[in-house]
Formats: sequence, C-alpha cells, structure tokens
Amino acid sequence: MINQYKFEDGPELRDLFITVDDPESHITAIETFITYRVVTKTTRGEFDSSEYEVRRRYQDFLWLKSKLEEAHPTLIIPPLPEKFIMKGMVERFSDEFIETRRKALHKFLNRIADHPTLTFNEDFKIFLTAQAWELSSHKKQGPGLLSRMGQTVRAVASSVRGAVKNRPEMFTEMNNYMETFSQKINLLDKIAHRIYKEEKDYFNEMKEYGPIHTLWSASEEDIADSLKGVASCIEHCCRATEKRMAGLSEHLLPILHEYVLYSEILMGVLKRRDQIQGELDSKVDALANKKTEKDLFSEEIGKLEDKVERANNALKADWDRWKQNMHWDMRSTFTNVAENNLRYYEECLATWESFLTSQRVDLHVDEDSEDRP
Amino acid sequence: MEDCLAKKMEITVSEAEKRTGRNAMNIQETYTAYLIETRAVESQSEGQCAPVESLWRRYSEFELLRNYLSVTYPHIVVPPLPEKRADFVWHKLSADNMDPDFVERRRIGLENFLLRVASHPVLCQDKIFYAFLMQEGGWKEMVNETGFQLKADSRLKALNATFRVKNPDKRFTELKHYSDELQSVISHLLRVRARVADRLYGVYKVHGNYGRVFSEWSAIEKEMGDGLQSAGHHMDVYAASIDDILEEEEHYADQLKEYLFYAEALRAVCRKHELMQYDLEMAAQDLTSKKQQCEELATGTVRTFSLKGMTSKLFGQETPEQREAKIKVLEEQIQEGEEQLKSKNLEGRDFVKSAWADIERFKEQKNHDLKEALISYAVMQISMCKKGIQVWTNAKECFSKM
Repeated sequence: MINQYKFEDGPELRDLFITVDDPESHITAIETFITYRVVTKTTRGEFDSSEYEVRRRYQDFLWLKSKLEEAHPTLIIPPLPEKFIMKGMVERFSDEFIETRRKALHKFLNRIADHPTLTFNEDFKIFLTAQAWELSSHKKQGPGLLSRMGQTVRAVASSVRGAVKNRPEMFTEMNNYMETFSQKINLLDKIAHRIYKEEKDYFNEMKEYGPIHTLWSASEEDIADSLKGVASCIEHCCRATEKRMAGLSEHLLPILHEYVLYSEILMGVLKRRDQIQGELDSKVDALANKKTEKDLFSEEIGKLEDKVERANNALKADWDRWKQNMHWDMRSTFTNVAENNLRYYEECLATWESFLTSQRVDLHVDEDSEDRP
Repeated sequence: MEDCLAKKMEITVSEAEKRTGRNAMNIQETYTAYLIETRAVESQSEGQCAPVESLWRRYSEFELLRNYLSVTYPHIVVPPLPEKRADFVWHKLSADNMDPDFVERRRIGLENFLLRVASHPVLCQDKIFYAFLMQEGGWKEMVNETGFQLKADSRLKALNATFRVKNPDKRFTELKHYSDELQSVISHLLRVRARVADRLYGVYKVHGNYGRVFSEWSAIEKEMGDGLQSAGHHMDVYAASIDDILEEEEHYADQLKEYLFYAEALRAVCRKHELMQYDLEMAAQDLTSKKQQCEELATGTVRTFSLKGMTSKLFGQETPEQREAKIKVLEEQIQEGEEQLKSKNLEGRDFVKSAWADIERFKEQKNHDLKEALISYAVMQISMCKKGIQVWTNAKECFSKM
C-alpha cells in the first residue's frame, strides 16, 4: 500500500506505522455494521508491545476525532470521511464505498500519527491498542455528549456575537484566506466531479462507436481491414479513457473532497480560537467594571491569557504545517492529473499512428502492383 | 478518362449568397444562391490564364439537374447531392439551413457533386450538364424541353416490379442487399458519431472552468499563485481547442454522408433493372398466352378456360371466317410481340452490361474514397492527441512548479 501523504520528518524518523484494512461485515439483531482491522507497528517506549491488531468501526473513529478536538481545540484535526446518507437503499454499503472509506480512514490515522502533538495523545494510543471491551469502557468515562454539545453551543453563540474585537491581525488574515479557499476548493470539487461524469458519458458512447465499424466490415471486402483497424483503435482509446477516469476517482476526487472537509475543519478551529479569546475578553471587560475582588480576577485573567497564548501558538504552528502539506498535496495531485491525461493521449496517439502506418503500407503495396507492366 | 470534362476545365463553387425573391406562388422567400466558376485548363506552355466564367445557381436547380441525369442515364450510379436539410447534427451545430456553417459545408458538397459528374466518363459529355455550368439564362426551359419527366418511371410501377419480378439478375439482387446494409450501417455510424462529438465537447469545455477558479484561487496564494495561474491558462487553451477539432470532423462526416446517399443511387439502378426485367417477363408471358390462344383457335381445342370459350359454347361456335380473322390478328400481334421481346431482351442485356460496368467503376471509387476517409479520420485523431499532449505537458510543468 502506498502512503500518499507527506511525512513531515521523513520516513526514517517515523516510529509509528498504521494500516487500516480488511473490512468485515457484522450482523446483529439490532444492526449491521462494518469493522476495519487496524494494525499498528511501533518502536516507541510508551507502547507495551511493538505490534497491535484491533478491530474498529466508524463510530470509534468519530469518538477519537471528538476526543482530539476536545483536547486540542485549536489544532487542525484531520478530516474523517462522512457518514453515509442515502435515502431508501437496502444495501447501504457497496464495495466501492467501503474501499473509499477504508482509504480515508487509513489516511486519517496516519495524519494523526504524523502530527507532532496529536501523535502523543492518550486517546489515540488507546484507540490503536485497546481491545473492543476495553475501548467501550474507556469511552464511557470522560465528558459525554452533552458537554460536547455545550461547547458547540458556546462556539455558535460567540460567533453570533460577531468578530472578536481583539483578534490579532494574523487570524483575521487566516479567516479571510479560509473563506476564499473554502469557496474555491468547493468549486474545484464540483468541477472535478463534472469532468468525471462527462468522461463517463463519452466512454459509454465510444463503446457503441467502435463495434459499428466491425459490423460494417462484414459487408465489405477491400476496405474490411481498414474498418476493423479503426474499430480496434476506438476500442483501445476506450480502455485508455477508462484508465483516465480511474485516475481521477482514485487521486483527484478524494483529495479535493478531503480539502473541502479541511476547509470546514479550519473554519471551526478559527472559531474556537476566537471563542477562547472571547472568554478572556469578557473577563477583562468584567474586571474593568469591578471595583472589588480585583486580585481574584487578575489570577483568572492571567490563566486565560496563558490559555489564549497557548491556543494562538498552537494554531499558528499547525496552520503553517497545514499550509505546507496542502501545497504539497495540491502540487502532487494536479501534477498527477496532468500525467494521467498525458498517458491517455500518448496511448491513443500510439494506436492511431500504428493504424496509419499499416494503411500506408497497404497503399504502397497497391501502387507497386500498378507499376508493373 | 481522356475525354472527361474535369480534365479540361476547372470547376468551383466559390461563393454562397443569401437572396430574396418571389417564388412561383408569388410569396416572398429567402434562399441561397451559389456561384459556379469555370475556367478552361490551358496547356502549361501557353502561360496564359483563360478567363473565368461564372453564373449563379440555387439548390433547386441542382436538384433539377440531378433528376434529369438520373432519368436520362438510368444505368449510371449518379452522384448524390449534399443533404437538403442538416441531419445527424450534434447539439452545437445548427440544423438551420441558413446557418453559415451549414451553407459553407453545402457549398463544398455542391462543388464535389459537380466534380463527380465532370469526371464521370459518360455524364461529363451531357449537353444539359455543360449548359448548367455555362449558360445562366434559359437553362430550366432547356431541361424541360428534353421531356425527361415523361421518361421517368412512376414509383408505384417500380415498387410493383420489385415485388413481382421472377428472375432478376442475381448480381443486382446482391447489390440491392449491399446498398441496404451500407445505408443502414452508415446511418448508425453517423448517429453515434454525433453523440460522441457531443460528449467530447462536454469533456473539453468543462476543463475550461478550471481556468477561472485557478485564477481566483491564485490571488490568495503566495507560492502556488503563479503555477496555478499559468496552469489555468493552459486549461483554457485545452477547452478552446475542441472547436476546431470537431469542425474538421464534420468534413469527415460529410464524406461518409456522400456514400450514404450513394446507396440510394445504387438502389435506383437496381430498381431500373427490376423494372426492365419485369417488363420483359410480362411481355414474354403475354406473347406465350397469345401463341396459346392462336394454337387453340387453329386446332379447335380449348385447353385454357376463357370467357369467350364459355360463351361460344353457350351461344354456339363462331364461323370459320370469324375464326380466321381472329387468328390473323393474333398472328400479327405475335409477330409484333416477338420483335418487341427481341428488342427488350437486347435492351435488358445492354442495360445489365453498361450498368455493371459503371457499378464496377463505382466500387473502385468507393473503396478508394472510403479508405482515404478512414485514413483522414486517423490523421485527425492523431492531431487531436498531439494537441492534448502539448497542453497537458505545459500544464504539468506549471503544476510541478507550484
């Protein structure tokens, strides 16, 4: 399996290797769900063993993500593939869907492993190593759904209050950037899907086009070979089109989709930072109005100021890292798209050129026979 | 081929012009007129250019010419005219007869038609054809004076013959099947080709959207900006390139269409043969029955049932004088009939011989032309691939430098 993402520190320095594979269907009285095998190999001291194999379902990944968001509100947590929402389908999961999801989950865990901070997160370690029952019991501890909802409500409330007044310039710039980026990446996602659809339609028509020439050759003598040659070229181009489509769906479409998700994640991270700052600001305002208990407030404010500084620094560092990775991802993905198209045209060119050569050879043969007295 | 007109004269349909005028019912109409230019081919040594002669014709006059040729030379596979109305169009092309692209392609088709006729060993010698090229006024009257419309076989007669003929020449039967197959397969091919063109257009044009979005995105990026912007430009080039590509393909489609319509011309020759053969069979049948009648009268035996026989049995035999008179009439008719049958037989054989000669000529032309067309199609595909390679190579460079 090829890991298609950048290692910040280079592969030699990695000490945690994770794979997600082997989807399996589980049927109980209540529900049907898929589990994936998660294999971890590591040389890290804090892990009791050097190799782990566990089974996880999508719900478990969701839990991990929310724990990471909780612990690191201003870090950029990698995107998870979305829940499957399809109306009225009996067979919820097609093989294609499961495979796409598996690849995305694999990427998700590896991105966390690559992250300088998240890689040492305790919940992450438990996710990778705990047996099913251990994980269940661990999940039941800690703040539950309601507290998470509370955070979300507060975040929404603070955004309703409007842009934070003391927001550092840098974060306003980030906000502006993300708004435009989000717009553009969504457009690119739509365009890429459109291209895929058009290529598919083209492929379907080409499939019918080639065989007509073969059919025609059946009622001809002299030109039968030429007709069959054209039919074979068209079939060849058909196969090349299929490969081109596969390239799109395997590389471009997933990456663009990830960055659509990333843009949502980043907007959320910026909001949470604003919210943390908002806590500090409101306390500062409150202090200004208070005449007594100033000392107590100062201590609280001091703590909040630290919190804000930590959050800002974490976000700044992660933002730089994210931008670098994004840059790398976009460059390699679009270069790959160009290579894909090049391969397509080169294959088609070769097949038509060899047809042409065969035809011109025939013409020369005919001319020679005419010259004979 | 030495006598062929095409070698002695340059013929072009050089221009098309919109005209308005009043038609036969005094209603204002718009039509397109085509300029036919001719120039005698001078021998190189003279170094002088002969003057260009020209006249204007409209499509309906071309139709009249072709009808005249089809009726006057029924044993010849007469070249077809380009289509009257745009057919097998993909969405971007207009089906409107007044559309400039359609008019342009029709102009080329009409020129092709004239060149085909001018290079045909038999047709090029026709005076009406020559007059069509050289004489603007009074040409229509000249054609009508030939009275060719009277010589035309009715469609009903031809259909009747097709169903009832007993012994047509096997080669013509095979040829008819071939022309049916040819028509069917080329129609199918043209239909699907139009759909493929539509889809290909879609693929290319959607890539054009990249250009705009890349450009807008590049505005917020520092390092990636230049790469994105220039890649976007190449995507625009890619999207625009499909227009020329598909326009060229239309000419290929027109080449196939010509042979689609040639299938109808082939069928016309087969129909003429069936008609002549049926005529012959009917004449032979008629002669045989008259001979039989004669024999019966002469010998007094009635072998075949006839109303006359019945009535004479009921109302008494005819007199020997009456019988003699009848026999005499019949003998005359039989004499005439035998001569007619002989000449019809001769006509039929001549027709088969000359028709088959032209069909062989046509087959060679068709094989040559279609092979050339397929080769030109391959050349177009190759050109399209090379353009694609160039654009994506440029785009790849821009992306890799992002």
